[in-house]
Amino acid sequence: MAKLADSVRVNTIPSARKQRALRKTNVIGWLFASPWAIGLLCFYAIPMLMSIYFSFTTYSILQPGEFVGMSNYIDLFHDPLFWKSIYNTIYFTVFFVPLSIFFGVALAMMLNMKVKGMAVFRTIFFLPTLVPQVALAVLWMWLLHPNFGLVNGMLAHFGIDGPPWLGGEAWSKPSLILMSLWGIGQAVVIYLAGLGDIPDEYYEAAQIDGANWFQKTRKVTIPLLTPVIFYNLVMGMIGAFQQFTLPYTLTKGQGTPANSMTFYVMYLYENGFRYFKMGYASAMAWILFIIVMALTGIVFITSKRWVHYQGK
Amino acid sequence: MNPIAIKRINRSLAYLCLIVASAFFIIPFIWLLSTSLKPLTQVFAYPPEWIPHPFLWSNYSRAVEYIHFWTYLENTAIITIVSTLGVIISCPLVAYSFAKLEYRGRGILFFVTLAVMMIPGQVTMIPLFLLFTKLGWVGTSLPLIVPQFFGVPIYIFLLRQFFLGLPDALREAARLDGASEFRIYLQIMFPLAKSAVLAVALFQFMGSWTDFMGPLLYLTNEASYTVSLGLQQFQSQKGSEWGLLMAVSTLMTLPIIVLFFFLQKTFISGITFSGIKG
Repeated sequence: MAKLADSVRVNTIPSARKQRALRKTNVIGWLFASPWAIGLLCFYAIPMLMSIYFSFTTYSILQPGEFVGMSNYIDLFHDPLFWKSIYNTIYFTVFFVPLSIFFGVALAMMLNMKVKGMAVFRTIFFLPTLVPQVALAVLWMWLLHPNFGLVNGMLAHFGIDGPPWLGGEAWSKPSLILMSLWGIGQAVVIYLAGLGDIPDEYYEAAQIDGANWFQKTRKVTIPLLTPVIFYNLVMGMIGAFQQFTLPYTLTKGQGTPANSMTFYVMYLYENGFRYFKMGYASAMAWILFIIVMALTGIVFITSKRWVHYQGK
Repeated sequence: MNPIAIKRINRSLAYLCLIVASAFFIIPFIWLLSTSLKPLTQVFAYPPEWIPHPFLWSNYSRAVEYIHFWTYLENTAIITIVSTLGVIISCPLVAYSFAKLEYRGRGILFFVTLAVMMIPGQVTMIPLFLLFTKLGWVGTSLPLIVPQFFGVPIYIFLLRQFFLGLPDALREAARLDGASEFRIYLQIMFPLAKSAVLAVALFQFMGSWTDFMGPLLYLTNEASYTVSLGLQQFQSQKGSEWGLLMAVSTLMTLPIIVLFFFLQKTFISGITFSGIKG
């Protein structure tokens, strides 16, 4: 009997203990996660729901506003400046992102060569990424000054009459692309890491097959670099669409000349915080979200065709 | 041609490419420093002159006085340090729970965290502004500091990836010795994750130091400006004082460059890690 009672106790106690232990691990887990559970709710989830609601109202900080259904979205589609801001943003993205990939990979390959003094070169390429965006904008405004800037001064040296850069409608966005390319050091670091992951055996095998430098680059380096190119492509696109600080500083928030520098988020900010059309701005934010998601989705779908993972 | 000659030519070509490319990256820096030390008459000299004559160090003291630089620097430092502290306290804690603790709802919470990472900041910008207006925080630096104490999704995600790579054996051993879960975290796991935490802290530090949109939205009175905002305001008021503008730009970049030379490895490994794991 005693034995039986013992065995019963042995059977029941663990399950009760197990349950208590399970409850305890739940409590501890949630305690650890509690800052983020609160933060997620207060600073992300609730604001997001509010933002959806606002986008269907004429809300502004000055007045409560009323529910207007889809009219913010419909108005946006008839707002020429909205389309202009989309055009500017796409223009920047379409030129900047491929250029940054091309130059980023080329620089990384150069910095991956085995020659003396490479640490110094690598530092030089990385330094511009440390310059705060506002300072970067101010510095480049000066470099690209139409009359007294260094760039036009150097061009004049070669007998070229420099363009008006940030002062000209046709040249303002190329100027922005140029100064953004100055700061591609972070992407270069990621490409460098990607290059480091390519085993030497592949190059040795290609060498034995008699491949020259171009063939090695085309058939070994680039395909094996596609996962990091993919990452930088996605991040580059997302970043390009959220461009704000550079054009805002360059144009004192005006988007001049002739709105050629009014980028999407700048126009959103202007609507929300200069005209206090917060409902309208919220609608813009959600359209931005949809555009970014769609682009990312497209890149992900096509990635199956062009991204090669090692060992697959 | 013999192989040694080919090698020599290749090497010279490599250096040539490197030097031409570096020129594009380094010349703007030289021009920045050079202009920051020039008298106004020389700033507008044509063709451009490289060496300041005389070296006008007073540009720096004038610039610092003109824009209340020390006040802005103090504001920036406080926001940067406190928000980085917030990230260090909150993010590894939450990340650890995602990686190593088992509790009901963990999967859903993590999924929502990933989803939130995809949402552009502009979506929550307006409701957050209203929230902080209601709290009476607009005009103070609190909106730029307090949220960091509740976790930042991208950092939580990166740290979780790091914690996942740490072995469970140490935890088991400590638990058998009777250590509480919080003690295991604080005394064993957190120190092991030091390098990843440092990288994340550095991201936040850089982000805070250089942030422009946050201060533009929330720091509405001049006494609370950060250096970024101060420089932008200075530029829009005194657009042709290039010497002074370059001096301020140099001063605000300098701390980051110093930090970079001390923490070079962390900078690079942080970027690499986020590029590979992200």
